[in-house]
Amino acid sequence: MARIIVDVRYCKGCGLCVEVCPSNCIVLDPDTINDKGYHPAMLTDESLCTGCASCAIMCPDVAITVER
Amino acid sequence: MTEKVLMKGNEALAEAAIRAGCRFFFGYPITPQTELAAYMAKRMGKAGGVYLQAESEIAAINMVYGASAAGKRAMTSSSSPGISLKGEGISYMAGADLPGVIINVQRGGPGLGGIQPSQSDYFQATRAIGHGDFHIIVLAPSTVQEMTDYVYRAFDLADEYRTPVMILADGMLGQMMEPVVLPEPKTEFPAKPWAVTGHKGERPHNIVNSLFLAPERLEETNIERYERYDRIKATEQLAEEYLVEDAEIVVVSFGASSRIVRSAVNKARENGLKVGLIRPITLWPFPTDIISAAADHAKAILTVEMNMGQMVDDVRLAVCGRVPVEFFGRTGGIIPTPAETLAAIERLSASLEGGAR
Amino acid sequence: MSKVVFERPDSLTDTPFSYCPGCTHGIVHRLVAETMDELGIEGTTVGVAPVGCSVLAYEFFGCDMVQAAHGRAPAVATALKRALPDNVVFAYQGDGDLASIGMAETVHAATRGERITIVFINNAIYGMTGGQLAPTSLPKQVTQTSPFGRDVDNDGFPVRVVEMLATLDGVALAQRVTVDTPKNVRAAKRAIKKAFEYQIDDVGYTIIEVVSTCPTNWGLSPSDALQWMRDNMLPYYPLGVYKDVKAEGYANVAEAAEARAEKLASGGDA
Repeated sequence: MARIIVDVRYCKGCGLCVEVCPSNCIVLDPDTINDKGYHPAMLTDESLCTGCASCAIMCPDVAITVER
Repeated sequence: MTEKVLMKGNEALAEAAIRAGCRFFFGYPITPQTELAAYMAKRMGKAGGVYLQAESEIAAINMVYGASAAGKRAMTSSSSPGISLKGEGISYMAGADLPGVIINVQRGGPGLGGIQPSQSDYFQATRAIGHGDFHIIVLAPSTVQEMTDYVYRAFDLADEYRTPVMILADGMLGQMMEPVVLPEPKTEFPAKPWAVTGHKGERPHNIVNSLFLAPERLEETNIERYERYDRIKATEQLAEEYLVEDAEIVVVSFGASSRIVRSAVNKARENGLKVGLIRPITLWPFPTDIISAAADHAKAILTVEMNMGQMVDDVRLAVCGRVPVEFFGRTGGIIPTPAETLAAIERLSASLEGGAR
Repeated sequence: MSKVVFERPDSLTDTPFSYCPGCTHGIVHRLVAETMDELGIEGTTVGVAPVGCSVLAYEFFGCDMVQAAHGRAPAVATALKRALPDNVVFAYQGDGDLASIGMAETVHAATRGERITIVFINNAIYGMTGGQLAPTSLPKQVTQTSPFGRDVDNDGFPVRVVEMLATLDGVALAQRVTVDTPKNVRAAKRAIKKAFEYQIDDVGYTIIEVVSTCPTNWGLSPSDALQWMRDNMLPYYPLGVYKDVKAEGYANVAEAAEARAEKLASGGDA
């Protein structure tokens, strides 16, 4: 049981987390735009998240918290 | 108990700085001030401080910036070309409101110039030491005792007003030896809650910085700084007046050249000319009030400088056209003689209607 | 019950980074902050911010910070450490700050063996000013001031900083890392932490060069920029440890220097 929480105030939609996720369960949310105009990253399916924290490790804006 | 010792100007500066609580000196060799660095190299460690010969004058001023940011009394010294190198660093210190002492033992310029004394960095010190709107306090000693007294005072002024302070000396003062009464070592220093010392979780973090990208904020910092400068102008102007009360010709001269002028003034008085000397000690803030007052009774003012005419501009500003202001000087490393200075005074006197008798 | 296994380090302020999306500055800032958290040194650290994209680092790190003139961070850091020998002092610099205008300060702080830690972000370009040639830009690399590609006949050759500094006796640790994959990010973190530990243990000067990207001025997406970096920069700037005096068996740089001098005197290689 694991999940990520993305703080959309920090996310710049750079997509590095999307690229690096081994379970392919992160996308840039096409339906949301944050205050800075970016599509923030979003966990698509919590059941796929292993809590590996690869996304958080690559995130240049320290926007991701990982729980396991 | 105060000691009296025979000291070379450069060394007296160093000793007085240490007694003022300076424990960080960063320098680089350049004639004619190298003895200051050499003295610091021997003395600073024994005083429990840090002496470091930096890789350049640029590195040295940035080291002063760092030590000052950490709340320490820090100093650097150089001569004319090296002071040019420090310009950006001094601007950063001003912009970050950091105290510090910079010593310029002037030599002939421009460029590599010469190694003999001059006063040709007056404009640089008082107007153009670095980019941006700012001033530094500039003190001009004329004896080795004054070198001692004013560098000692410079650290207090720097801390009180959070500004760089410059001692504008020259090669003659730096090299000459005179008896000096050394000041008592200082033991108490003002607190610096703004310094970067590590917050230890006990306070918000401190930032030493001169970047303010928002124009309104940058203007604000400039205005606040100029309010401080106004306070300095109101309280710190200093000049010596010698035989000025009844003088019809007032000679304005600072530093080494003022010593020559004093001889010339004495000789002129012997010859019946009513001449006096105003010797600015603070070049910034310029002693405008004292010079302006002299213009009320003098018939003419002569500045004598070891340059092509720099302080004369500030005298003209203070006098505001009320009386003629002339200039006499030698440069290139040449020190004017009392005889030629007297001749300049006599020429001015002769040119005035009715003379100065 | 799930628990937090990864979160924002305490040693970062809450201020969002001003860096471009995908810029590796942010990753490295986090690694430095994690190091401060793990070693418990945020309260005794003073960081020096350069001129360059990371000039605003003083807004992002929670420790006391000093902003330094362009290139002069090692001189400022030198004085801070001499003034506060019990504190930890680091300087964070880009390729213009460290290897161009600041090259003299870089070399001299290193050769003096100053107990400071330099985090060097090498992305082969000047980011803040809009993408000009850097001393570390590669041959044929197109930049705003090498619009036809870096021509070694005119612009000379790129400089390999850690290799050069590793020749100096004052250097305790000189290592090159990168941050293109989680594995490499973890290795970079270990290197940065080691550099800080060497400072705390009074070993000598430490520098970690982080091969980085500049998606905006390279004209690539963040992900493509990492690939370009892998393909072009890593071959020229190989990752690895170029000097580690503790690994060589010495307690500090003075011991290592003495051994080297003895070896040279007796006719051996340095």
